[in-house]
Amino acid sequence: MIKQKIVLRYPPHVVEQPTIYHLIKDFDLMVNILRADINPKKEGRLMMELSGEELNYQRALEWLREQGLHVMGLEQQIIWREEKCTHCGACTVICPTEALAFNRPEMTVSFSEDKCIVCELCLRACPARAMETLVENNNSVK
Amino acid sequence: MKVNRSIEEINEKIKSGSAVVFTAEEIIDFVEEKGVNEAAASVDVVTTGTFGPMCSSGVFLNVGHPGPRIKFNEVYLNDVPAYAGIAAVDFYLGATALPAKDPANSNYPGEFVYGGGHVIEDLVAGKEIRMEASAYGTDCYPRESINTGFKLAEINEATLYNPRNAYQNYNVAVNLSSKTIYTYMGILKPNLGNANYSSAGQLSPLFNDPLLQTIGMGTRIFLGGGTGYVAWHGTQHNPSAPRCENGTPRAPGATLALTGDLKQMNARWLRGLSFLGYGVTMQVGVGIPIPILNEEIMKYCAVRDEELMAPVVDYHRGYPYKEGEPLGEVSYAELKSGQVTIQGQKVPTASLSSYAGAREIAAELKEWITSGRFTLTVPAKGLPSTEAGIQLNSLPQRNPEREDG
Repeated sequence: MIKQKIVLRYPPHVVEQPTIYHLIKDFDLMVNILRADINPKKEGRLMMELSGEELNYQRALEWLREQGLHVMGLEQQIIWREEKCTHCGACTVICPTEALAFNRPEMTVSFSEDKCIVCELCLRACPARAMETLVENNNSVK
Repeated sequence: MKVNRSIEEINEKIKSGSAVVFTAEEIIDFVEEKGVNEAAASVDVVTTGTFGPMCSSGVFLNVGHPGPRIKFNEVYLNDVPAYAGIAAVDFYLGATALPAKDPANSNYPGEFVYGGGHVIEDLVAGKEIRMEASAYGTDCYPRESINTGFKLAEINEATLYNPRNAYQNYNVAVNLSSKTIYTYMGILKPNLGNANYSSAGQLSPLFNDPLLQTIGMGTRIFLGGGTGYVAWHGTQHNPSAPRCENGTPRAPGATLALTGDLKQMNARWLRGLSFLGYGVTMQVGVGIPIPILNEEIMKYCAVRDEELMAPVVDYHRGYPYKEGEPLGEVSYAELKSGQVTIQGQKVPTASLSSYAGAREIAAELKEWITSGRFTLTVPAKGLPSTEAGIQLNSLPQRNPEREDG
């Protein structure tokens, strides 16, 4: 058995395909959608947890890539720029999963990627803008 | 009192490398262990620190005259407007200034990605600053516009002048309404979803000299990573705030106007900030040394978070509309524990001021003093304290057109 959190990026032409149906029906995977941003004829993003047999999971990823989807690990989605962080702690009451946590008595902020569900609330809650997304970075490079 | 130390004596010890210096955090356990009298006899200086958002901050710049000369009417630095209503190539850039094209809260809550505080951070970091300026042209200042760039090292003066910094205590902000609000105290979730505070508490400069017995005009300080000075009492200075038995105010009290040469400061301690739905500001690092002149001053420096109280204020109605009274008081020890109880409800807390930063500043100032590179100053003038009888005013609202107004 395997359990993985992944992010799918949909190019506009694949958005209207029933991808999740195939993951369940053809690859016997359990799908737990964490967050989705899907719009007709636009690039979409889907964050989910997949669990099932290792072989099925690997075959499913291969199939997703064949469909033209970008598959990425969830942990790479939100980046904590520690050098920009002033360790105030303002983000820690906004983060819903305690991925951003306040350590006592050090009084410092830490970020646990494995707890992050990429809700992105921290991006704008951080006054020093120390939280970034990979997606925005990609866009800014273009 | 047995101890009667002078600042001159302390400076002699600093120069000979024998001064005994503690941070305001370290001194708590030392006084607990030795008692106030023994601690006062052996300690020369206590260093404090704070690193929080301080909106009333900015910098006076003089960029030198181009040829032909110009008298600026409008000045923009990286699109952020500066105030040019002083001499020809002098202007003031405030920390909360926004570019004219910033959408502000027209797309609520606004993001406020870049403004005055960020320009100051970039300037201190040595980055190139884009400048556009216009003028109406005079016989002595004929030039009507300039579009150029400069770096901090290339201009005449950059003097940080912050009209109100280092607030002695501050409100704890909460939201009693049923929707999220966006304030200068951060994002406040509905129905007492969180309580945000902004003070270093036991490390904060003015909590350690509550009656302003040592800090005065001309006091040399750590400012923005370099040295600075107390210029005056700050705006909205309110030494008449109600006080606890230990002399500390239980509401926002004294404030300081601070100044210093930006060229020797460090972008690490002057940070542009973006507050969602509110605007931009700057996080300023301040550290103030307190000379232990006698036992009374030692006692004040030993104050701890458990004994420092802050008022809890509703930022949905209470603060903006000046309605009602504070919802109660909580100690900084409770705030720093991560949870406080307000109206019987357990509320998670977060700080806007960096305690880790305050700790580092107090430690750095301690190192400057013990290494002999920073000596203390005798204030040229005391600041108004409790005896001054200051009362804060509200802006009159009347129609100047009407004689009976």
